[in-house]
Amino acid sequence: MHVVRRLDAANVRKDFPILERTVYGYPLVYLDNAATTQKPVVVLDAMDEYYRTINANVHRGVHYLSQQATEACEAVRTLVAEFLGAKHVHEVIFTRGTTESINLVASSFGKRFLSAGDSILISGMEHHSNIVPWQMICEEKRARLQVIPIDENGELMLDGLERMLADGVKLVAVNYVSNALGSINPVREIITAAHRHGVPVLLDAAQAVQHLEVDVQELDVDFLAFSSHKIYGPTGIGVLYGKEEWLDKLPPYQGGGEMIKTVTFEKTTYNDLPFKFEAGTPDMAGMIGLGAAIRYVQGLGLGNIEAAEQEVMEYALKVLREIEGFRLIGGADAHHRAGVISFLVGDIHPFDLGEILDQQGIAVRTGHHCAQPIMDRYCIPGTVRASLAVYNTRSEIDRLAAGIRKAMTIL
Amino acid sequence: MTIQEAQDEIIADFEMFGDWMDKYEYIIQLGKELPLIEDQYKTEDNLIKGCQSKVWLHAEYRDGVLTFTADSDAAITKGLVSMVVRVLSGHTPAEIAGAEIYFIDAIGLRNHLSSTRSNGLLSMLKQIKLYALAYQAKSLQ
Repeated sequence: MHVVRRLDAANVRKDFPILERTVYGYPLVYLDNAATTQKPVVVLDAMDEYYRTINANVHRGVHYLSQQATEACEAVRTLVAEFLGAKHVHEVIFTRGTTESINLVASSFGKRFLSAGDSILISGMEHHSNIVPWQMICEEKRARLQVIPIDENGELMLDGLERMLADGVKLVAVNYVSNALGSINPVREIITAAHRHGVPVLLDAAQAVQHLEVDVQELDVDFLAFSSHKIYGPTGIGVLYGKEEWLDKLPPYQGGGEMIKTVTFEKTTYNDLPFKFEAGTPDMAGMIGLGAAIRYVQGLGLGNIEAAEQEVMEYALKVLREIEGFRLIGGADAHHRAGVISFLVGDIHPFDLGEILDQQGIAVRTGHHCAQPIMDRYCIPGTVRASLAVYNTRSEIDRLAAGIRKAMTIL
Repeated sequence: MTIQEAQDEIIADFEMFGDWMDKYEYIIQLGKELPLIEDQYKTEDNLIKGCQSKVWLHAEYRDGVLTFTADSDAAITKGLVSMVVRVLSGHTPAEIAGAEIYFIDAIGLRNHLSSTRSNGLLSMLKQIKLYALAYQAKSLQ
């Protein structure tokens, strides 16, 4: 799998039409990929082609188009299952994105398995979408939320994990890669420990699947969620992977068409996996787009993507560290981070720095990155976050560094 | 100086700068001229919501006019606050409540500011107008 051939960034960039545009007269430097990635032309074409040629409602039409659309969408499910290394195709549920995937598990798992006094274990570096759904179900069930603390380097402190797991934990939900810091978390260790206590683990892989090879069977993870739009696919669609044995035990999340077998006013029986969790007409064009995105990623090779991003990451850390007052937030080592560089410069407010960078055509994110608890942990109002994708180059990092230096002269 | 004159002055100042980077430098410079809020007034109540950066605004009513002091933890925001305070501070509640604020659009700020920043600016203006309305109501009692 790891046939590392060097990706030619110039060629890769040609696949992304938006990268040719300018902002305020400058060529765009897009470094907000952890928020959303840009889309290659193969994704745009696939969705266009879908609407132009086979659009029809899936799984229910007797007619030719419906069957074609159904086959095309189900082929994407198979592709996703292969991409994640799932044992069964029906372990792949389509959702609106990571947020909905986590809400689904929080709601359905919570309904079935959570009682007063139980707890859900998350970490101190979660995105709000992997905090709030658990808080909501915990409140409803009068359960508790436990939090794995993080240290100064932005790493999870696992010393107390065993003790926490023994304290009524019913499910562990952690991110694979932190969106705020970029740290790659020791999820294998967490999964092994949780399983020793018979506790299932949900991985928020929204910042992982576009950077690292992920194999759910090898990880032995119970649930895994990701969003299409962060892996070069369209917005509005995402995936929940769940082990069959768990998904079978969970009640449906939403009611509606497609998720049922029979409906009478007295009693409704639910459909089998995966449809039990897919009420209503799904985002067909989104699925087609996601399929094209995954094929695009497979075509480049995740190993190659990882190598290319790693090289730019190392370069970025070297160049940015030369800036006086540059302060990296989170772990330092390029090999234990994916995609994200979160930083501050001197006492410049991240919002100011982000705005002056924007004026130079450089797109970064500023603020708490939907991870307020971790900002509180560092006692900072937020950070500037530059996040990488396969199409970012060293010369863009040079633009970023020059942009920061220019901002420093003003601010 | 009337509210209108103060706005026209800012518009004229901005016309001197061709480059947006220069305009930003000017905004940041203006921030340094902001009449600073006293620490005792940097309270949760005086914090304006709707901005990525923090803005504290304090209003004082004396001799029939409202005077504003403020601060922000971000330099650009502080400059924006400074402009608003410069335009509206020292006027009667009725003048402030009835003022039409056009300088932000006229200097082209809205197109350049990130949407969170211009939302913050709008919530600050709203807050100032609310102060003015409250004092206006009080003075009519």
